[in-house]
Amino acid sequence: MSNTANLSPSETVASIPAAVPARKPLSKKEIASDHPTWCPGCGDFAVLALYFKLIEKRQLWQEKITTVSGIGCSSRFPYFVQAHGAHYIHGRALSFASGISLSRPDLHVFVFGGDGDAFSIGGNHFTHTARKNIKLTYVVMDNWVYGLTKKQTSPTSPLGFKSKTDTWGALDYPINPMKQAIAAGATFVARTTHSNPNHVLQMMEAASDHDGFSFIECLSECVEFYDGAFDASNPRKGGKFNLVPANHDVTDEQAAYKLADEAFPGYFGVFYKNNKPTKNAKEAAVSANAMEKLKGLKDWQVLQKTFDRMK
Amino acid sequence: MSDTAITTPPAGGAPRSSEISEAVIRIAGNSQDGIQAIGGFLARLAGRSEQEVMTFMTIPSTISGGPSIFQVRIGSGEVLSAGDEADVLLAFYQHSYDGHLASLKKHGIVLYDSDHVEPNAELQKDYNHVGIAISSLTVEAIGGTGKDKGKNIFSLGLLAKMFDLNVPKLEKLIGERFGGKDVSVLNNALTAFHAGYNHSLGHVIETFKFVEAERKTSSQVVMNGNEALAYGMIAAGVRFGAAYPITPWSDVMEIMRRELPKYGGTFIQCEDEIASVSMALGASYAGRVAVTGSSGPGISLKAEALGWGVMAEVPLVVINVQRGGPSTGLPTMVEQSDLNQAIYGSHGDSPRVVLAPADVEECFYLSIEAVNIARRYNVPVMILSDQAIATRIEAFDEPNLEKLCQDITPDLTPVEDYKPYDLNTPDGTVKRVVPGTQVKSGQYPIAGGLEHDEFGHPTGSPKLHALMNAKRRKKLQALAATLPAPKVYGPPEGSVLLVGWGSTRGPLQEAVDRARAAGDSVSSLHIKYINPLPPGLESIFSGFNHVLVVEMNDEGLYGYGQLGGLLRARFCDPKIRGLNKTDGLTFKVREILERAKANVTDAMHKL
Repeated sequence: MSNTANLSPSETVASIPAAVPARKPLSKKEIASDHPTWCPGCGDFAVLALYFKLIEKRQLWQEKITTVSGIGCSSRFPYFVQAHGAHYIHGRALSFASGISLSRPDLHVFVFGGDGDAFSIGGNHFTHTARKNIKLTYVVMDNWVYGLTKKQTSPTSPLGFKSKTDTWGALDYPINPMKQAIAAGATFVARTTHSNPNHVLQMMEAASDHDGFSFIECLSECVEFYDGAFDASNPRKGGKFNLVPANHDVTDEQAAYKLADEAFPGYFGVFYKNNKPTKNAKEAAVSANAMEKLKGLKDWQVLQKTFDRMK
Repeated sequence: MSDTAITTPPAGGAPRSSEISEAVIRIAGNSQDGIQAIGGFLARLAGRSEQEVMTFMTIPSTISGGPSIFQVRIGSGEVLSAGDEADVLLAFYQHSYDGHLASLKKHGIVLYDSDHVEPNAELQKDYNHVGIAISSLTVEAIGGTGKDKGKNIFSLGLLAKMFDLNVPKLEKLIGERFGGKDVSVLNNALTAFHAGYNHSLGHVIETFKFVEAERKTSSQVVMNGNEALAYGMIAAGVRFGAAYPITPWSDVMEIMRRELPKYGGTFIQCEDEIASVSMALGASYAGRVAVTGSSGPGISLKAEALGWGVMAEVPLVVINVQRGGPSTGLPTMVEQSDLNQAIYGSHGDSPRVVLAPADVEECFYLSIEAVNIARRYNVPVMILSDQAIATRIEAFDEPNLEKLCQDITPDLTPVEDYKPYDLNTPDGTVKRVVPGTQVKSGQYPIAGGLEHDEFGHPTGSPKLHALMNAKRRKKLQALAATLPAPKVYGPPEGSVLLVGWGSTRGPLQEAVDRARAAGDSVSSLHIKYINPLPPGLESIFSGFNHVLVVEMNDEGLYGYGQLGGLLRARFCDPKIRGLNKTDGLTFKVREILERAKANVTDAMHKL
């Protein structure tokens, strides 16, 4: 290393050939961990498989991503991924993930969860993470029912859905996740369904490319407690898979809201996208500005300046 | 109160000057009068004069207005509490005069604003009355329309004259406070100050001069407890925090929000308490110990997440600036009633660390210790401060920041393999490997709330749950073994041992001094490490006939208070009894001694 001592870091990197051969992209085998605990036929399998595909295709390394979830069937997700991850508490996955995102700009944070996590117990965090535009990708596997606790009404259950907590059929008007996301200020809002894997991957890729809070609602059928819920969106079951019209302007909030208002099966694709500055960038700018004024001082010297004023 | 305090009744004729070693000044007015500013100036001046200082304040929980006081005790010797009785009362309004005259010692001086206060003729003989038209004289001096503006600084001038305070130093302090604003603001402040200083105090009273302070060792810094916590966190290397505003915690987050960017960090104001503890845990999980904080009601909301921190073994520092509870309770008053919550407030068996600073200086140092315990043992650490320390201004020796400040940036060097919940380490701890680190074995850690195996993957094994529970407990037992035994204040054997924690240390030690001066066998013990408890308590207790646990909380269903109950459960010693109160105010020294005497007498009768 002695011959490089006088070089600046960039010169050093440029002039020395990489000692390590380029890393092979991770294979599905390397990225898969525990066998999923989901029921056979669950839509979540598709989402997991496509997450693996995304990692493979985009050559994401295990030390560059973190997978976070809350509580629910779908939230078992991180255990099935062989990478750094956290299985946090019910409804608070977004807040936890925000802590990672804001303190570690080198990581891409992916959050997976269900409709209960996102829109019921964690509804407040969904709104505020969206409005703060914190850089992370949030995939909500929406199955319109509470599966882990065995068939109670969810915030997205349609009116009249018979569950153990509404034996006569759901009385509460369901939340529309897309409208919720657009209204909250999410800067990337997309909708997809587990029954169209290629489309899921497309949406995941677009979401992970977005610099900001990217939200995907992915319909993911619960074959055990809400069999056939999404048949109307699945051509193989006689339904219709409608792509977002080609002439839709993704920067038009009103148009996105109108798309979201369409009756089921509605549309699939990117509804809304807006490149406004992220919370991450804004906080970094505040810090850079503050540090500029204290250039050359060590941390203890900065604190000393403050203490000197308290004498 | 020491004998050298102001005790001389006024002499007729010309004012005379006498030397004093300490003084207690109570300033009573409304919350918007800027009386905290007068107190702050006095405290800061004392700090710069190598004097000891301690303050005490009450503020109403209303947004603007309402009676408020600020008490400052300045001493050339050691100052342990804010003082039981005032030597001088500065009263701005009738309610200040009526409500606080009783806090003035007999023949003390009441300086009142004669524009607003009608003194009580019957009390003229008990207290030295000095009426000055503070409001109109201030307007006369600086003009203007703001009807009450500047009278605090005018009054500071009066006090400066009365106590022969160092005028150039005060002018400098005023300059630092108002210097950043419009030049006319500073000029007005200085004019008001000099008008007060030059105003005749009349011929009825004497002036005082503090004897030179003994200590000249190093320079001092002056701050309140919340400032000390915030700067302690920064010194400890914390660069991320998240919280939601709540009194009396908010200024810790305000300071960190303002200061952390200077160090490349950030503090996030969240939508609620749960989001903030979660965000802090996320940042901690990602590598660098983070902080969240609140007051009692907010801590309740964080409880589930703290259980996750214990389960997933993710370090975190949680600050609780306690106030009166339960529920919204007494938001601006002091209580020590969150000790049980701090230790037990979660579900399942979730052992975590609880520390309690005794004064402002300890807020600073304990913050660093809390961060290091959290890192070393991978566990949430709760710091139990309270409203009294939060708002109390003290001067303490300037810390050696170059030595103390630490860098806790995570190490992302690739590792061969990693077992996050290894059951075979000597004290149950492992060095965390955080996101961003390559694990060459290809087996990555999952931090989860489900009971898990050594790699973090879920298990339903009854045996593993028992082993992991034991592991989480053993970490705290290992920590306990490293803690120093607390030192008894006063002789290690005797009749009565007063045991306290948190902000009561000063009054308890002063109570010991006073009791011993009167020939009573009283010592005190202060417990800083609440959970786990330090070793050596049993042998300390064995040296006394009565162990009275003095706490600002209710005596509880069984009569022992919260720390008292813990000590009873731990040591099964019937001589441990509680001395509790919940009036939302700090303990007065006299109060402790009277209550202790009654308690002991009562216990003797029962024998």
